Amino acid sequence: MTSSTMVLDDRDMGTPAREGAPVTLTIDGFEVVVPAGTSVMRAAAEAGLSVPKLCATDSVAAFGSCRLCVVEIEGRRGTPASCTTPVAEGMVVRTQSDKVRRIRKGVMELYISDHPLDCLTCSANGDCELQDMAGAVGLRDVRYKPGENHYDPSATGARSQAEARLRMPEGEANPRYIRKDESNPYFTYDPSKCIVCSRCVRACEEVQGTFALTIEGRGFDSRVKAGAGADDFFASDCVSCGACVQACPTATLKEKSVVEFGTPTRSVVTTCAYCGVGCSFKAELNGDQLVRMVPYKNGKANRGHSCVKGRFAYGYANHKDRILNPMIRDRVDEPWREVSWEEAITFAADRMRGLQEKYGQKSIGVITSSRCTNEETFLVQKLARAVFGNNNTDTCARVCHSPTGYGLGQTFGTSAGTQDFDSVEHTDVVIVIGANPTDGHPVFASRLKKRLRAGAKLIVIDPRRIDLVRSPHIKAAHHLALRPGTNVAVVTAMAHVIVTEGLFDEAFIRERCDWDEFQHYAEFAADPQHSPEATELLTGVPAAELRAAARLFATGGNGAIYYGLGVTEHSQGSTTVMGIANLAMLTGNIGRKGVGVNPLRGQNNVQGSCDMGSFPHELPGYRHVKLPEVRAIFEKAWGVPIDPEPGLRIPNMLDAAVDGTFKGLYCQGEDILQSDPDTKHVAAGLAAMECVIVHDLFLNETANYAHVFLPGSTFLEKDGTFTNAERRINRVREVMAPRTGYADWEVTQLLANAMGAGWTYTHPSQVMAEIAATTPSFAGVTYELLDEKGSVQWPCNEKAPEGTPLMHIDGFVRGKGRFIVTDYVATDERTGARFPLLLTTGRILSQYNVGAQTRRTQNVLWHEEDRLEIHPHDAEVRGIKEGDWVKLASRSGETTLRAKLTDRVSPGVVYTTFHHPDTQANVITTDYSDWATNCPEYKVTAVQVGLSNGPSEWQESYAAQAERARRILPPAAE
Amino acid sequence: MSPEKMVHMANQIATFFRTQPGDDQADRIASHFKDFWEPRMREQLLDYVAHGGAGLDELVLKATKRL
Ligand code: SF4
Ligand code: SF4
Ligand code: SF4
Ligand code: FES
Repeated sequence: MTSSTMVLDDRDMGTPAREGAPVTLTIDGFEVVVPAGTSVMRAAAEAGLSVPKLCATDSVAAFGSCRLCVVEIEGRRGTPASCTTPVAEGMVVRTQSDKVRRIRKGVMELYISDHPLDCLTCSANGDCELQDMAGAVGLRDVRYKPGENHYDPSATGARSQAEARLRMPEGEANPRYIRKDESNPYFTYDPSKCIVCSRCVRACEEVQGTFALTIEGRGFDSRVKAGAGADDFFASDCVSCGACVQACPTATLKEKSVVEFGTPTRSVVTTCAYCGVGCSFKAELNGDQLVRMVPYKNGKANRGHSCVKGRFAYGYANHKDRILNPMIRDRVDEPWREVSWEEAITFAADRMRGLQEKYGQKSIGVITSSRCTNEETFLVQKLARAVFGNNNTDTCARVCHSPTGYGLGQTFGTSAGTQDFDSVEHTDVVIVIGANPTDGHPVFASRLKKRLRAGAKLIVIDPRRIDLVRSPHIKAAHHLALRPGTNVAVVTAMAHVIVTEGLFDEAFIRERCDWDEFQHYAEFAADPQHSPEATELLTGVPAAELRAAARLFATGGNGAIYYGLGVTEHSQGSTTVMGIANLAMLTGNIGRKGVGVNPLRGQNNVQGSCDMGSFPHELPGYRHVKLPEVRAIFEKAWGVPIDPEPGLRIPNMLDAAVDGTFKGLYCQGEDILQSDPDTKHVAAGLAAMECVIVHDLFLNETANYAHVFLPGSTFLEKDGTFTNAERRINRVREVMAPRTGYADWEVTQLLANAMGAGWTYTHPSQVMAEIAATTPSFAGVTYELLDEKGSVQWPCNEKAPEGTPLMHIDGFVRGKGRFIVTDYVATDERTGARFPLLLTTGRILSQYNVGAQTRRTQNVLWHEEDRLEIHPHDAEVRGIKEGDWVKLASRSGETTLRAKLTDRVSPGVVYTTFHHPDTQANVITTDYSDWATNCPEYKVTAVQVGLSNGPSEWQESYAAQAERARRILPPAAE
Repeated sequence: MSPEKMVHMANQIATFFRTQPGDDQADRIASHFKDFWEPRMREQLLDYVAHGGAGLDELVLKATKRL
């Protein structure tokens, strides 16, 4: 790599880091101090000495198979492998001697004898460890005659594949030769170049936890094999995370993009823009051609791992559907007109101001996006508060994690997860409730699975048998397959067991929580009506199983709870979050490593968009707009009065639009028409508005109702910060210039200034400075600090200058932790004769949310359409067979999709994903919502399913409307 | 917003606070309305109450007296 931006030292140290007491040894005359347990190889690397190696890499445990890394150790016989030899006090090591040089050369010679000499034309040229090692050991000759090998298809004794082709153009005379496997869309497997170091196999096991690879055959015949039998990579269990590709020292496993574009020459550290794990990546480029994304080892969220989305699914950035010019139209039944930025901005600003004059100051608002940076989001809410002069700002987090904000705010005093991801390495019992980490938060899932394989216990609470319940080398201790909508009853029943069996942590509660509230809560929980036996009929969870799970959590050591949208997206979403907080406090599982309450955030910047004051009742830093002292800070900074009344939430905006009092919306990076519930109501709301401004990459579904389209930038073109689910503020760096001419924050500024704001930001760091100056938990955050540390977790201020990995260590943010009574209230969404089944929704690994990005990548190969999962029993009584088109109907509407028969869902429950707009799953979902926050109840809808012969009327009329609305006029002739 | 939807939302809030200890449930419901309901929504609610408030939980009715 010839140049790099902000890459801290990320050399391959050969073997993983260890924690232990310091040990001093001497290597090649240099004194080195390393933790006990460290390998000699790593100790040498720490001292800046690199020992040749092939089968070792620091992402996996040492294996000791290649023998290239041999060294001499004083007082020991022979030549031990440095990768598998731990350091010892006073050890004296020599990494170079005649003896080891001879051995290494011999080893290399053997490897090369079954490896083609095509280096010049190889895709790994310049990035191949085999090549590097041949150089490092001084290999100058291969004495073996070409004999049996795996690389020469002609079997004519060629030393290179180029030569083999010359000799026998069509030839495959060598039975050992295996063709390239190109089945994976993103990487190739070329067995002819494999040195059988098994790094890929170990990466798939240890790093990813999928166990898709094995070494097949013995001795000279052994090769890497994906899956079993006739499987290729695509047909195997491989989830395309790329860990094996990254671990491979040769060209055997290689990104297709490197094959196409060549070895990258520069790299920029940035952050994934898909899920809330917030993985750090090195974007590797040639000029401005992105060649590949490599997970960054110093990234503290991902520690060098990633999933298929972050590593490979960036092709949407150059997709032909991307809109690069601003567009406007007077009415939504007209085609779009491409115009200059100036014309579009003036048009938008005039319309918005005009609406305010006609319908009042509160008739317009904004929606910020959880996909945009903190800086962008801060400016959009500032646009509402300081320029529109109202609090009509909301964010898509409304529809996913708003109950987290309310629930954790009430109990602990702050709206955020309590831990960092590293914490999972210290956990003994994990509850995963309403989350599907292997699909939704894959890198966290890999880290969790690693801990589970090391012996931690797992309790899954989910209506569906998610992959974690049973996967290679992992089996959940308990799976509580509850009926959708009964989370509160299950969580309270667990508390019942803990309270009545005396398993609570009294010392913790007395010290850290409000004792009176606890006593009241304990009395509530102990009521026999909350016992597992009493609630079994309602929840469908066998009482004995629930009791066992509660006991395990209370007594099994460090207990951590991870939860997702299966908790929040309910009419009692906020109540469940409080119930989860109660469980953690009851068992004393707060304030140290390995414990805590951890919301798994859906989109990359859900945490940040909430932190930045996107909600209509809160200024940045979760401070209510009613508080005069908080308003004073912003009034001083912005020079305008701030409205003390809360603004409209997204569903309220739509209601007000239908009522005729809300008329204009600036919607950044968010597709409410596809992602919000009750599509018909959303469509009616949008249709009633007079100015809808959509700022996005593509003509999304919402844009069908828009009057102004402002083209947006991908994360590769952004400069700013994202905050992940651990409160970690990560830098997003501009990898290439914005293709539309303006960065997204500049577009917001243009609009604000056209409405008279007079903003003068010239760089996003100035926005961060304003955030720090106004928001105590960000007071210490600067771009310099982020560049230096890589990332920090808020709060970051005078008290915690380097950020805060663990929260509530000595006391809760709010003082005493509050136990809150969580009575179960059945949702009004009930099954009956007309709608006898319960629909719940989720997502899958290869796709992301509404799929606007992932559908525009090769990831579609894994998920071409949304399917309805239905239990074979429910299918049979309806005459439904695998793959049949079925009609899915609720009281809101109906849609059609194809059925998939599986016992992952219980009888009475059906399940689907929502990644494709044609599915229109949200036509089905209703307008019921969480009592406290209006977070929609996506996870429970009463439905009926029946055979159908094609798309519903709504799907057809919707598709026709969408097509009309997406027309763009050809540019006018000059 | 449709009256049915508003009544449903308001009653959901009352249902939660009814289960909470103390005797200030109506106050806490009123605070919840003030903190999270935009003035237009509160007006609609008050207006609805003035027209009889059919279907509203009695705790909601009590709370609206404090708005
Ligand atoms: S891409 Fe990931 S899952 Fe697939 S074989 Fe490689 S390591 Fe295993
Ligand atoms: S595919 Fe690569 S990592 Fe796997 S055994 Fe072969 S050379 Fe090693
Ligand atoms: S989608 Fe999530 S897990 Fe996958 S690479 Fe991006 S941040 Fe990491
Ligand atoms: S690197 Fe140590 S034996 Fe291969």
